[in-house]
Amino acid sequence: MRIHIKKKLKEGAIETILFLSALSSVLITISIVVILLYESYGFFKVVSFKEFLTERQWTPLFSDPKFGILPLVMGTLLTTSIALIVALPLGLMVAIYMSEYAPRKFRETIKPVLELLAAVPTVVYGYFALLFLTPLLQKFIPDLSGFNALSPGIIMGIMIIPYVSSVSEDAMRAVPMHIREGSYATGATKFQTAFKVIIPSAFSGIAAAFIIGISRAIGETMVVAIAAGMQPNFTVNPLEPVETLTAYIVQVSLGDVPHGTVEYKTIFAAGITLFLMTLAFNIIGFWLRKRFREAY
Amino acid sequence: MVESNLKAESKNLNFYYGSVYALKNVNLQIAEKKVTALIGPSGCGKTTYLRCFNRMHDLYPHNKYEGEIILHPDNINIISPEIDPIEVRMRISMVFQKPNPFPKSIYENVAYGLRVRGVSKKQVLDEKVEKSLKGAALWDEVKDRLDMLAFDLSGGQQQRLCIARALATDPEMLLFDEPTSALDPIATSKIEELIIELKNTLTILIVTHNMQQAARISNFTAFMMLGELIEFDKTDKIFTTPSEKLTEDYITGRFG
Repeated sequence: MRIHIKKKLKEGAIETILFLSALSSVLITISIVVILLYESYGFFKVVSFKEFLTERQWTPLFSDPKFGILPLVMGTLLTTSIALIVALPLGLMVAIYMSEYAPRKFRETIKPVLELLAAVPTVVYGYFALLFLTPLLQKFIPDLSGFNALSPGIIMGIMIIPYVSSVSEDAMRAVPMHIREGSYATGATKFQTAFKVIIPSAFSGIAAAFIIGISRAIGETMVVAIAAGMQPNFTVNPLEPVETLTAYIVQVSLGDVPHGTVEYKTIFAAGITLFLMTLAFNIIGFWLRKRFREAY
Repeated sequence: MVESNLKAESKNLNFYYGSVYALKNVNLQIAEKKVTALIGPSGCGKTTYLRCFNRMHDLYPHNKYEGEIILHPDNINIISPEIDPIEVRMRISMVFQKPNPFPKSIYENVAYGLRVRGVSKKQVLDEKVEKSLKGAALWDEVKDRLDMLAFDLSGGQQQRLCIARALATDPEMLLFDEPTSALDPIATSKIEELIIELKNTLTILIVTHNMQQAARISNFTAFMMLGELIEFDKTDKIFTTPSEKLTEDYITGRFG
């Protein structure tokens, strides 16, 4: 009888600990959102939504401050797009090769090496973009300024290849063998099987991989802070310096803007914009996963 | 033993999964436009044997064939390394144990084999898709919803779709690997009727776990055990007066 009670207590304790661990991450997320909302509420008491969304300049630290978020959003989207143009096709190719072509031994050696790309500190990537890639690109594009969107965009793309390829490959390898065999049995080649059957079959997983890549690129900070120039420019020209939402937050956080001022609160306004952008992509990803999940 | 024309025959066929000796000297003749059934207990090598005919084993490393599978009338050895497995698969198609449609529409599933051969003319595809779906007794059920995703069909319909997909490229021979083991009795009897119908136009080799099924639909039956062919004869003979004691024990349910 006593043993029974003891066992029950132990089980209960374990369950409680596990529940609290799960709860803590939820609570932290909620409190982050609450703080973001609270601080940006303070910001929007001073700056109208209309100015925030339509003004084409972002100069909160000037004597004549302008609070248009668009230049930062454009900077973020520009660097992100460049990164995705590099990462999505390359990541997908790598995944197809690893899943469908590479011999098992080769895959097992090369996969950890590729994933190491994601383990390089982003500050290293940042300086790599600034001090290596930009000068290299300037040899071919004389108009390229020393700080620009192109170079950090490309580097970010390389950086997120493993995120895209790893998740895509898992999705492709999860496609059951009998689906592949069905394709081969009709006389299809390996290439046809990979592109016409495996990719559509693994679509939801590949979409999830792309969303992870996109979120990662939008949220990336160090590379763009170092190599993109920290100049809020309303432009789609990748050769010019730009500033992203993340780089702006770093810039203000590192400066000596006093707490509680509107200037200080701008980082929360930028933060919530960033949060909404990644949230939107996560929702799209969630929807894609649900919509295209294949049951075998 | 086989009086009609031969479509294929295996001669001293040995097969190895790495170091596992899976098929031992199998000599078997496949009659043209007849149904030949392969029966035997689990692990006896019947599926391994079937999969030699469209070189499915080539998809995995460390598999080795020895001997010959001669395909008539042109007398080529289809397991010879010089023969491209894709060529073989274009002539010998296969239907699997579990329905395995692709995540595409009904139409595109059937058209797949033609598309991978580079056929893209809408008119040709339309005709072939209709003919194949009719051949697989599925046309009347799906003709108004060819754009529907194949996964939305029932299991039995999916299996007939896979048969239509296999038929679309006009194969000479069709391999069935326990095609009804995942289906209910009604869907099973539809597939069985279909197989009997199909033998008018092509040669069929079928693996089945279900001895009644072999008795119902096949003209010839081969009984295998532990990688060896124990007995091969007309189906009537195998199920009424088998020559081998092992065959008799198996079909009367004494083991297996």
